[in-house]
Amino acid sequence: MSLFTLTIHELREMLARRQVSAVELTSDVLQRIEKVEDRVKAYITLDPESALKQAETADKELKEGTGGALCGIPLSIKDVLCTDGMRTTCGSRILENFVPPYDATSIAKLKEAGAVLLGKVAMDEFAMGSTSENCAFGPPRNPWNTEYICGGSSGGSAASVAADACIASLGTDTGGSIRQPASHCGVVGLKPTYGRVSRYGLVAFASSLDQVGPLTKDVTDCALMMNVISGYDAKDSTSVGQEVPDYRSTLTEGLHGMKVGIPREYFIKGLDPEVEKAVQHGIAILSEAGAETVEVSLPHTDYCVAVYYIVAPAEASSNLARYDGVRYGFRDKSSDTLLDMYKNSRSLGFGDEVKRRIIIGTYALSSGYYDAYYKKASKVRTLITEDFKKAFESCDVLASPVTPTPAWKLAEKIDDPLSVYLSDILTISANLAGIPSISVPCGFSSGGLPIGLQIQSSHFQEAKLLQAGYNLEQRLNISHLRPKNL
Amino acid sequence: MKITPEEISHVANLARLHMSQEEVEAMAHQLDDILTYVAKLNELDTESVTPTTHAISITNAFREDEVQPSLPRDKALANGPQQNGETFVVPRVI
Repeated sequence: MSLFTLTIHELREMLARRQVSAVELTSDVLQRIEKVEDRVKAYITLDPESALKQAETADKELKEGTGGALCGIPLSIKDVLCTDGMRTTCGSRILENFVPPYDATSIAKLKEAGAVLLGKVAMDEFAMGSTSENCAFGPPRNPWNTEYICGGSSGGSAASVAADACIASLGTDTGGSIRQPASHCGVVGLKPTYGRVSRYGLVAFASSLDQVGPLTKDVTDCALMMNVISGYDAKDSTSVGQEVPDYRSTLTEGLHGMKVGIPREYFIKGLDPEVEKAVQHGIAILSEAGAETVEVSLPHTDYCVAVYYIVAPAEASSNLARYDGVRYGFRDKSSDTLLDMYKNSRSLGFGDEVKRRIIIGTYALSSGYYDAYYKKASKVRTLITEDFKKAFESCDVLASPVTPTPAWKLAEKIDDPLSVYLSDILTISANLAGIPSISVPCGFSSGGLPIGLQIQSSHFQEAKLLQAGYNLEQRLNISHLRPKNL
Repeated sequence: MKITPEEISHVANLARLHMSQEEVEAMAHQLDDILTYVAKLNELDTESVTPTTHAISITNAFREDEVQPSLPRDKALANGPQQNGETFVVPRVI
């Protein structure tokens, strides 16, 4: 049996019973990475030596019985979360040599729980993208078919989990960046409620939308990761002090009494028939498990992409002003004046998509245009949030597709940014409203590419998402399937 | 909407980005496409709608004003592209 194929909950028991050591497990996963990495290309930075050292510490703790909830579990981390002493590039040339002097709070929590950090995985530059092709160090591939995109921006996270090149991963989601790659790679991905997980040490893209969350092999692992990373943090003034339940303890409850809303606007024109079929099958399974389905309406869905492509670039243009070649990151050393140094450092350091979004955001915030764009978008954002409030008066969760189509071929849409933006139409609203949302695998296309089912709920109801996802997963029984020929 | 290359050059300067004439022209087309798409927001009457500034309702997050340990200077300077052990060094300004 290969250890690398197993889940956190399976390995935790084996580690606790001393059937396997953390060093054996980490070595096994490192061998797996060596075998698949030249095809999957998930990792930007891999540190086997540090991983084995962490595993030795975990073994000591396991022996003494003091190990935390993730003791000895090897994880990959999206390269947007600061890791003390380990390079953090954000997929950008401008941070190619940046070594953070501190840990993000979510990383500190994983370490405290005993997790083994293998390295940092690829992503679209500064999390801007839906394919991971905007990574300055080359795109990761979809393990189910390496000619296809793995999704983005947490593409390296999803690809490394699907390829068994880690046991689980931590990603971030600003407009679908956990759920969309999870859907394309056939893994579970959860974007928590805004404020549920600390953003301290997460390199900011759009501060009112960003959230940190897990990508895992199954729903139980997702619950275990959420138990560790959730909670208030004094270092993030937008984190919320609401009590963190034990997300695993409610997974096995049936769905009797749960109302599942089907938002009619999410079954849009252009929805791939195979995606629709798999999602409808998933919804039928939720009904079999005892849930009642009701049709609901989210009338402003069609406006969410327009709102997002004002709000997110506006916040990004402000957040990315800090990359000026002074305190960290790339500096063009040939510039003689300060202004040239700023301009040349930024122009040489940032990639095309990042520059495009900085321009959109700067334009939308510039004098004379603020009311027409940013303020207008912020008002429509309120309407989108109110749609959800109304919908959740008649249901507990919403079920829908995650993406309109399965993954597409690498480079297929690289010259058409607007069409890629539009593919985020089903995931963006959750970020605008701050609600939690999960992607759970629900089937495959005829070409063998995974399809995910999206479940959304009102603020801080992650337990319901995980419960519905768990019931779906148990009845579908596909979470053990792995890419062939890898 | 018609975004001119001059407007892009102006915005690029505000954003401290250097762009070639070719890049400016390509960006003018792309921004034009995106803003034409975004104009669909004007279909909605939002006169009486309050803008969202925050996804969840929290008021000011206050904490005690206590001195906490901060990064030592050498660690804070360690990522600086040019520094002299005490400060970051930049091209002469005056």
